[in-house]
Amino acid sequence: MNIKLLYFGRPREMLATAGETADLPAGITNVASLLAWLRGRGDNWATELADARVRCAVNQELGSLSAAIREGDEVAIFSPISGG
Amino acid sequence: MSIAIQTEDFDLAAEMTALRTQSAETGALVGFVGLVRDFSNGKKIESIHLEHYPGMCEKTLEKIVAEAKQRWQLLGVRVIHRVGELYPSEQIVLVATASQHRADAFAACEFIIDYLKTAAPFWKREQTVHGTHWLDTKESDEQRMKRWFQKGDRQ
Repeated sequence: MNIKLLYFGRPREMLATAGETADLPAGITNVASLLAWLRGRGDNWATELADARVRCAVNQELGSLSAAIREGDEVAIFSPISGG
Repeated sequence: MSIAIQTEDFDLAAEMTALRTQSAETGALVGFVGLVRDFSNGKKIESIHLEHYPGMCEKTLEKIVAEAKQRWQLLGVRVIHRVGELYPSEQIVLVATASQHRADAFAACEFIIDYLKTAAPFWKREQTVHGTHWLDTKESDEQRMKRWFQKGDRQ
């Protein structure tokens, strides 16, 4: 399953990436399992993508980590928002 | 366009004039301007960097303004949010509302900025002499937001 991944805020800076197209292994069905998979990349990924540190949006809608992911989705991972 | 996300500064007087003259029915005009403070948590701020999620940001702001228009009688709304590098005393955000009477203009303006702060995907990174750090969503902002969605809220 392919998805578009975007990073904003602190993870974008600390992981030095704004986004990627990711081919997910079987078994990843929601943001929580996606994050667990990304943390497997090690080092910074494990630290920066800890569940408590990140927020997410699926197809540009804020969601919880249990939000489902499907083929072709746009998933954004970011630090808590702080505009205004 | 009632919503803009831009790097350049905005002319407050020109924006208020444009909103004021949009309809002769307007009897009240309220504007909130958020600024860069030079101190945060006891540290001197040299600058802030603001980034946003293009696409989602515009969509979220449109949804917020649409909800404000449902809750209150509004004749016009203007929201401008800047991104990029900003320095103390610079303008970050404008929320301006026009209505026949002040109650709706005041309430809608406060609702829009409260909602924006907790739902619009913007991120602030502060630069101090000690380095940089990304800000968290403030607990006080989340509390302010919740008030608007409780029963018997300030309609």
